[in-house]
Amino acid sequence: MTEEGNVHQTVTMPPMRPVDVAERQEAEPQARDTVFDIQGLTARYGTNVAIKDVNLEIYRNLITAVIGPSGCGKSTFIRCINRMNDDVPSFRLDGRVLYHGVDLYGDGVDPVEVRRRIGMVFQKPNPFPKTIYDNVAWAPRVLGLKKELDERVEKALRSAALWDEVKDRLKRSALSLSGGQQQRLCIARAIAIEPEVVLLDEPASALDPIATASIEELMHDLKRDYTIVIVTHNMQQAARVADRTAFFSLEVDDSGRAGVLVEYDETSKLFTAPSDKRTEDYVTGRFG
Amino acid sequence: MATLEPALSLRGDRRVRRRRIVNRAAEWLATIAALAAVAVLGIVVWSIAKRGAGDLSWGFLTKSLPLFGQPGGGIAPLIVGSAILVGIATAIALPVGVCIAVFLQEFASPRVRAPIQLVVDLMNGLPSIVIGIFVFGLLVYGHPENGLAGAYGLAIVMLPLITRATQEVLRLVPSAQREGALALGASRWRTVVGITLPSALGGILTGTVLAVARAAGETAPLLFATSIYANTVQWDPRHAMPNIPVQIFIWSESPDPADHKRAWASALVLMLFVLVTSLVARAAFVRSRRKLSR
Repeated sequence: MTEEGNVHQTVTMPPMRPVDVAERQEAEPQARDTVFDIQGLTARYGTNVAIKDVNLEIYRNLITAVIGPSGCGKSTFIRCINRMNDDVPSFRLDGRVLYHGVDLYGDGVDPVEVRRRIGMVFQKPNPFPKTIYDNVAWAPRVLGLKKELDERVEKALRSAALWDEVKDRLKRSALSLSGGQQQRLCIARAIAIEPEVVLLDEPASALDPIATASIEELMHDLKRDYTIVIVTHNMQQAARVADRTAFFSLEVDDSGRAGVLVEYDETSKLFTAPSDKRTEDYVTGRFG
Repeated sequence: MATLEPALSLRGDRRVRRRRIVNRAAEWLATIAALAAVAVLGIVVWSIAKRGAGDLSWGFLTKSLPLFGQPGGGIAPLIVGSAILVGIATAIALPVGVCIAVFLQEFASPRVRAPIQLVVDLMNGLPSIVIGIFVFGLLVYGHPENGLAGAYGLAIVMLPLITRATQEVLRLVPSAQREGALALGASRWRTVVGITLPSALGGILTGTVLAVARAAGETAPLLFATSIYANTVQWDPRHAMPNIPVQIFIWSESPDPADHKRAWASALVLMLFVLVTSLVARAAFVRSRRKLSR
């Protein structure tokens, strides 16, 4: 094919077609374990409805991406599933977030225990002002996982593909690392306590393209051991890394604006053959 | 190429010129105010140094207080007494003050925070003589004077200062740090102890040093609690303890010119003590910071 033909094609075709669709579908387990079953989730800040009536299931050992335009409640959604919104005074939640059948917002559920199993990495790298070693070792120490701490730290740093870069300077400050390294350190920190789920809230939005690529590569390795949910405003990123993608959008009606789940499907299907017009508009770049 | 526009004037009309004058006047006023503050401090330091330095000697720092009307003597009991009083006061006010600040900043709901905040601020404005009378009425009346009562008084002076300073630095700790810790399954309390407070340590230290400096010079809370003392070094805070501020007051009221000189020299010692304390604390803070940044 000529070069011109190529250009023509990218203009008319949906541009974000994932490369290894076949391989990815093969890798997916036939019978999926449901980790989260979210039913009728509505989240409000004061009288403001951030997300309205979201229903979806998140499956084990898959990467689930949450995409959508700014302000559609992506972050609110992801923060609902490890109770990070608890400290926001005006926050209210209706509906159910079932984690292995247990309602995370049910009676007697301790948010500390929830977050211990469902880890989170934030948009901006936020290493503690401690040494690299202590950043990873802090949470295990707090949770009483003090046996073979050195091994645990090494394993976490290896899983986060950071070990080779930092093994000679574990006692140096984490703030001496580059942005991309800091973010991988935050991932290492999150997986050092062996959670089941890792939530990533736009983990690469503050990073340069090379650091972003290394984070994406890392996610592929991590999904063997963890269930991953990633919020991203970068559609290409979702197309590259995610097995399934949820598209959120803003719905405006008489009662105001609220984020809603428009479509949730296999990533390949959502990007190549979306069943909803709004999804199609968004993924083809006509909106957002 | 730009063409020359002969009619264009960028010099400004009268209004623009007036604004420029007002602007310059405001700048000057602010500068003068800042210089005045520095000048006042300079005059205080200079005049105390000038009058006190002559009588400062090793003997003055290490000898016991002079007997009434006799020459010589020193202020060793005052230095020891002041150090112990301020030490006890800090040991009380620092943990309590930090805990109050942590409660207000990290745990309290806005509705609870407001009244407690108000109380802390009112405490800061409490006249020190009132604290002195309060301590006297509560702890000293009916007992002999004692250093502990004086130290409690100083602790009341220090408490709101430390609380306020700690609150300010806790506010500066990025919430991303707290969220990061909470997302790792740490409880609120572990987050505060392990992440928030260590980040705020420098500011807490600075605030504490300021409070120490303030307490070291407070006279009124000690006046009724620990002002009748022996002229030798007193290590036991259950007895009245000699201390620098009260002795400066006593000497400055004395008819003997030798006592006036001693008062000036003691004032210089007190000032140097405050200076050295803040420098040491600052150096310690800078060192601990350097270890962690880069």
